[in-house]
Amino acid sequence: MAVLGAIKPILTVGWDGDAAWRLRDYVQRGGYRALKRIIEERIPAAQVIDEVKKSGLRGRGGAGFPTGLKWSFMPRDPGEKYIVCNTDEGEPGTFKDRDILRCNPHSVIEGMVIAGYAVGAARGYNYIHGEIWELYQRFEEALDEAREAGFVGRNILGSDFCFELNAHHGYGAYVCGEESGLLESIEGKKGQPRFKPPFPAAVGLYGKPTTINNTETFSAVPFVLNMGPEAYLEAGKPNNAGTKLFPVSGHVNRPGNYEVPLGTPFPVLLELAGGVRGGRKLKACIPGGSSAPVLPAEVIMDCTMDYDSIGKAGSMMGSGAVIVMDETTCMVRALERLSYFYHEESCGQCTPCREGTRWLYDIVHRIEHGAGRPEDLDLLGDLTKNIMGRTVCALGDAAAMPVQGFLRHFRDEFLYHIEKGKCLVAPEVQRAGSTFFSATV
Amino acid sequence: MLTTESVQKIDREIAKYPAGQQRSAVMAALAIAQEELGWLPGEAIEFVANYLSMPPMAAYEVATFYNMYDLAPVGKYKLTVCTNLPCMLSGGVDAAEYLQRKLGIGFNETTPDGRFTLQEGECMGACGDAPVLLVNNRRMCCRMQPDEIDKLLEELE
Repeated sequence: MAVLGAIKPILTVGWDGDAAWRLRDYVQRGGYRALKRIIEERIPAAQVIDEVKKSGLRGRGGAGFPTGLKWSFMPRDPGEKYIVCNTDEGEPGTFKDRDILRCNPHSVIEGMVIAGYAVGAARGYNYIHGEIWELYQRFEEALDEAREAGFVGRNILGSDFCFELNAHHGYGAYVCGEESGLLESIEGKKGQPRFKPPFPAAVGLYGKPTTINNTETFSAVPFVLNMGPEAYLEAGKPNNAGTKLFPVSGHVNRPGNYEVPLGTPFPVLLELAGGVRGGRKLKACIPGGSSAPVLPAEVIMDCTMDYDSIGKAGSMMGSGAVIVMDETTCMVRALERLSYFYHEESCGQCTPCREGTRWLYDIVHRIEHGAGRPEDLDLLGDLTKNIMGRTVCALGDAAAMPVQGFLRHFRDEFLYHIEKGKCLVAPEVQRAGSTFFSATV
Repeated sequence: MLTTESVQKIDREIAKYPAGQQRSAVMAALAIAQEELGWLPGEAIEFVANYLSMPPMAAYEVATFYNMYDLAPVGKYKLTVCTNLPCMLSGGVDAAEYLQRKLGIGFNETTPDGRFTLQEGECMGACGDAPVLLVNNRRMCCRMQPDEIDKLLEELE
């Protein structure tokens, strides 16, 4: 089962059974109704953008930028324009778009076609993470169904609106989740991010105006239009409209995706995910994907799952990916693994990121392995400040923020490592936390 | 260099992009070449580059930038295990160590019989299903506890 629980769901309604992703099932659930209404009633493009604006829908990829506003940045005059969907989901902790493609690819297709109509684009691409190959194939199959039914391609539903849509696969590069790196990648290059401005709405794919949104954002568009912007807005809370998919991983009894209204208290989400594994004590939580600063248990337990509450607590909601860590977690080891990831995935374009991520990893690695020096924590702090804001894209910041978060809240644990040369949490306790051998031992 | 079938697959990829933008198909074309040949020898990269009318060096840049391309031969089955933090919390590192012990090899090594290559992977976007591993870049295996790993290794003869 892909989605294990929900509160007042919108996006995941009807995600039951193996055929839920098929066109026939989607249409039975009311799919393509929004697109049909737009075409049949010849609703002006500006009105579609206006409705998305009014709904308060914010980008679900991480930045939370208002979707309707982003669409309105596209030039009004005719010309070559593109719609791009970002399904390059590789931010550790995030696995929601995978389930959207698994269970409801047509909602993404419908959202993209509507976006094409709204901004006057005639072509679109969905960039899909190479590691989820089976779902890349499924998306292509769904596209075939949509083309045959007249929802994609030339003269959609008999109108003069044409929109070609295709899938493009990644092949293993985290940085392509950054929108301009992704555009470079579609153009057949290394996925090295571009300087901004100009933003994609001015200079995007093949140098043409481009709207790029996350999978979950496009998937929400048909629902926003069907239920009406006011109802969608009210499904969440002010400034945090609608519901969201929260992928919950780590030390919980039932890792998986949960759809809840924005503003849902964290303890409620944790309870949906079955609570902390084995009834152990919550230690910390990374609330928005690996780049978001970690929050200790007592802070996250007081948060509600929305942009404002988590931001106020000193972290960010990002992609909504919730990584739960219980008392068996060594925070130094956790940060070591994350720092290795950013070092490994830095594209190498900017010196502060390329060299800085290497330094971050090397230092956390030596602390974890008993060779830490007393000055290392200050050195880490300095390094993060020299990376942040000094790179072309946000990967540098994404590598620095976890280091700052771990040091802010778990400095004592790092000091213990440096002084005693070993973990505060015994290795066998850490191992027990993963439950890997519990089935056989 | 490549079979007619592979070339036809590449042609289908080229057709996805606007006229003159055939270079956009380079990632797919390299993946198709690797699927046929098992890895990407320099001649295959050059063939793809020439077929798409792009400089061979530009195709080589792509092949080296994305980590699912193999620029050296790998075993019949390449197993990529995610050990990133969310997976690690749910046994990803333990699963990788278990595989290393069972196969008698470390990361980026191949068993003497040429059957298995083991790689450490980065986030595959499947953290809720940890431990996760990928077989030959195509098949994702989820919740790989020891008995599941045993079964998989037996199946991959």
